[in-house]
Amino acid sequence: MESAITVCELRKAYKENAVLTGVDFTVESGTIFALLGSNGAGKTTIINILTTLTKADAGNATVGGFDVAQSPNKVRQHISLTGQFAAVDDILTARENLKLIGDLRHVSNSVQTAADLLKKFNLTVAADRRATTFSGGMRRRLDIAMSLIGSPSIIFLDEPTNGLDPEARHDTWQMIRELAKNGTTVFLTTQYLEEADELADTIAVLHQGKIIAKGTANELKKLVPSGLVKFTFYDEKQLETAIGALEDDFEITERDDLSLTVATGGSTTQIAGLFIRLRDAKLEPTDFSQQIPTLDDVFFKLTSNKEEEK
Amino acid sequence: MRALKDTWTMTRRSLRHIVRSPDTIITVLLSPIALLLMFVYVLGGALGHQTGSIKYVDFITPGIIIMTVISGIAYAAFRLNTDIQKGIINRFRTMPVAPSSILSGQALSSTLSNLFSSLLVLAVAFVIGFRTSAGLVEWLLFAGLVALFTLATTWMAIFFGLRAKSAEGAGSFSYILMLLIFISPSFVPTASLTPFLRGFAENQPFTPIIETMRSLLITGTPGNKVWLALVWSVGILVIMYGLAIWQYNRKTFVTNS
Repeated sequence: MESAITVCELRKAYKENAVLTGVDFTVESGTIFALLGSNGAGKTTIINILTTLTKADAGNATVGGFDVAQSPNKVRQHISLTGQFAAVDDILTARENLKLIGDLRHVSNSVQTAADLLKKFNLTVAADRRATTFSGGMRRRLDIAMSLIGSPSIIFLDEPTNGLDPEARHDTWQMIRELAKNGTTVFLTTQYLEEADELADTIAVLHQGKIIAKGTANELKKLVPSGLVKFTFYDEKQLETAIGALEDDFEITERDDLSLTVATGGSTTQIAGLFIRLRDAKLEPTDFSQQIPTLDDVFFKLTSNKEEEK
Repeated sequence: MRALKDTWTMTRRSLRHIVRSPDTIITVLLSPIALLLMFVYVLGGALGHQTGSIKYVDFITPGIIIMTVISGIAYAAFRLNTDIQKGIINRFRTMPVAPSSILSGQALSSTLSNLFSSLLVLAVAFVIGFRTSAGLVEWLLFAGLVALFTLATTWMAIFFGLRAKSAEGAGSFSYILMLLIFISPSFVPTASLTPFLRGFAENQPFTPIIETMRSLLITGTPGNKVWLALVWSVGILVIMYGLAIWQYNRKTFVTNS
């Protein structure tokens, strides 16, 4: 598979403030790539560099096979950007917004293109209303519809669900999945692990200007202990006894007032071993549950590791 | 070809903006028309003696038109900066559209709308007694000069619109231009000014432009300042166009929504 985006040793500082300190990654064609990071991690800076809005201080990046610094115009032929805030023209109607972009992209029939997209994005009823009257979800739909005109092969979405209600968020996810299904490469940034987990083929975690981990959601989840089981006991005495019975063979990852989280390997034999050990010690937990690692766990583990290294 | 088509697309978009915010057209017209009425009816009695055989309303109409243009271009800066704040300019910048097309759309729409505003101000002037001996050729030259001046100062507005940190502040450069109108032979002959102000007023860029406009309307000839007027207008146009494109290419636009 060829790469839609390659980024190598990218660096950028604003005045004294280093935002990117050597970023590397590649995005395969036709996949969804999520750049995950908290506020201020440098996500938008990466998007700005890749979409030719700003220049990197060092390193290089290619998009659609063209260097973003050397041939920005070639890059612009292949991309579209949906920014953090829906960049629709409030004074124009939805139809006029779409037609405007169609004309600027020189599509053969911008009127028809606009009509098709209005239908596809469920905006026909509101087509001739000014965008200023639209809800957040409708604006985002129009915004993404505008990005699709001229069939760019790579679409950049900067925090596409920022500020949307849950329903609009799910609609947006659905749109993004459909884009990828049709072969478009999607590059999105998000601060929500759930979103990256839900959508992305590959996730890269950006923290303090560097990529600290990348892989599929499952690969990243393997970075934290799996097969965690959480027990709750009747009183503290039972809890102490349980620790005594388990600590030789199992890693105890967390302990609260009356509860205990134990790492197994994740296999049923290992989990069964845990229960047998408790039965042998004549302990009966009042409650137990299996803890599935989430990307949040991964994110916090990775970022706290980084803090410790300092 | 492509760039021309894009410029036209951008101009149409910007004209829609202007037509759909009639309040801005009214705001643009309000102060020049109010000043026209005030100068003619309130101050005209005192100031009118200084213009000799020329009727006071005939004397000040060119200056009032320049004022109309200046208050109009402030809105061009405002519109452009609003586009930046809303991320619309960034959307255009990531598309294969030439920077000159994006900005020229603003420049052309501003010129067209200001010519229209000037026409309305002229109509008001006619109602209160403005008369001219200018024929078709003089009127065309007059319109051409107003258009050139508007285009030149609109590029200045674009430059400041690109630089401004907020849409509200984008038009503030126009206050300085307003001041230039007052320290010029717009409302009183420069002979009545103090020597220092007089030296400034006689040599500042608006003066030959206003005097050429006046000459075309009153005497029906371009007068002896016409070349100076053209040099200033074209000079401002070329420099401001260059500065605006430079500013556009160099800046990363931060949006705040």
